[in-house]
Amino acid sequence: MNRKLLCLLPAAAVIFYAVKAGAGAPIPPPAGGAISGKVTYTGTPPKMKPIDMSKEPTCAKQHTTPVMTENVTTGPESSLQYVVVYISEGDSGGAAPAETVRYDQRGCQYLPHVLPMQAGQVLQIFNDDQTSHNIHPLAKVNPEWNKSQPAGSLPIDTKYDKPEFIPVKCNIHPWMHGYFVVLNTSHYAVTGPDGSFSLKGLPAGKYTVTAWQEQYGTQTQEVTIGATETKTANFTFKALPY
Amino acid sequence: MKTKIAITTMTVGVALLFAAQLPSGSAQESHVGPLTGNASSGKPLYKRFCIGCHGPAGDGQGENAPWIDPKPRDFTAATFKCRSTPTGTLPTDDDLDNAVTRGFVTTNMPSWNPLTPQQRADVVAYIKTFSPRWKTDKPGIPIHIPAETAVTLQSVLHGRELFQKMECWKCHGPAGHGDGPSAATLTDSKDQPIRPYNFATGSRFKCGETNQDLYRIFMTGVDGTPMPSFADVIQPNDAWDLVHFLRTLQTMPTPELDIWKKYSSEHASEIKPIGPDAASGGN
Repeated sequence: MNRKLLCLLPAAAVIFYAVKAGAGAPIPPPAGGAISGKVTYTGTPPKMKPIDMSKEPTCAKQHTTPVMTENVTTGPESSLQYVVVYISEGDSGGAAPAETVRYDQRGCQYLPHVLPMQAGQVLQIFNDDQTSHNIHPLAKVNPEWNKSQPAGSLPIDTKYDKPEFIPVKCNIHPWMHGYFVVLNTSHYAVTGPDGSFSLKGLPAGKYTVTAWQEQYGTQTQEVTIGATETKTANFTFKALPY
Repeated sequence: MKTKIAITTMTVGVALLFAAQLPSGSAQESHVGPLTGNASSGKPLYKRFCIGCHGPAGDGQGENAPWIDPKPRDFTAATFKCRSTPTGTLPTDDDLDNAVTRGFVTTNMPSWNPLTPQQRADVVAYIKTFSPRWKTDKPGIPIHIPAETAVTLQSVLHGRELFQKMECWKCHGPAGHGDGPSAATLTDSKDQPIRPYNFATGSRFKCGETNQDLYRIFMTGVDGTPMPSFADVIQPNDAWDLVHFLRTLQTMPTPELDIWKKYSSEHASEIKPIGPDAASGGN
């Protein structure tokens, strides 16, 4: 008898997940609970350095103040910008949303510096500059490709099927660095200049929240929220100057 | 009792199912021309000829690797330089066989022409056991290379315009000597310094030496290196013009170089320089 029940368990699980995925896909996230917080650092982060773009005059002249390096972008009250905070467990993910995510190469910078997206979501890459870029996402789990995109070319449409933190670079302009963050969830946020983030529209449940910083890696917290509850989850990274 | 048999049957069935999906290296095949290569036959050949550089795990960490530059290919990444297929896709078995047969000039990878075609096909099959991508992805569809256009002055001059416009010179240098403004900063996907090709050093490119090879190289890109694919941004006729211009950057005699020398001696004053100073010039 027990064995019979055991045999049925995987089938039940498959049905459960199928129903869950089916229900999650077409319905927009309800105005449910939320997890918000702030990401800060302790220790000494590296100093942001001005980037010398003099080798690319068409880009240099677009910036009245020098563009700074962004690998560790700090703000007031020890805040950390460009940290991706997302639900790593507790969200089934569901189908990729129909809307495309946009990535721009403008003034020899990647905008935004860190671009989160859902696996399978269409990504459009634009070159707004008067110069050629080669866009080279250094994927390891997903295929690695490298395409030239001269001034005035059409946007490149692409997508990534597997979750991965993908460094992006332009070999022609070695100061250009960015990240594609491919996730299995639609619940993600990037911290702003004050280090704050907010994950909204979460159904009641128990979640693992992960914060990822390109130089300092990931941190996780478990958060359980009710249907309309808002909870705080703050993250602190230990910053090293190198 | 019936339940027990059913469970046993199911367990065996599930085990078989999993066995079929395991990366069972020995089952990997390659198809090179009329030949079928088998990984099980390729494995001893790999252990004899390839393991010293590419390593037992195929990750390019063989015992000779620390003394080698450029580093041996890491087959676990399934990223290959010389392909007939679009950037980001797996190469065909023929592409891998060509690479093994041709070797890579200016590197430690010799030509394995002394092996028999069957042996090479077997080695190719074994190389494909190192990355699970060979189980999940199909090789890309080889790019179409249309018939070469005529070598004319017009073609060479237009190719030269494209060399400026596509900013090839930023890495390869205004004269194609591999000394452009970005050259010194270039690294490959393993963060190893890498130099752009210097066209004055010869005509044997890493991925072949014919005009078709040259066309293919910049259309597919050289994956794992800074050299991007231009397939989406250059039309086939323009690509041939660029090939013809690249042949003028070589030091050995080529029909293209003859055309260019004659033109440049007669029209020296009309020739705009390649490089940043020409950026404002129209095309």
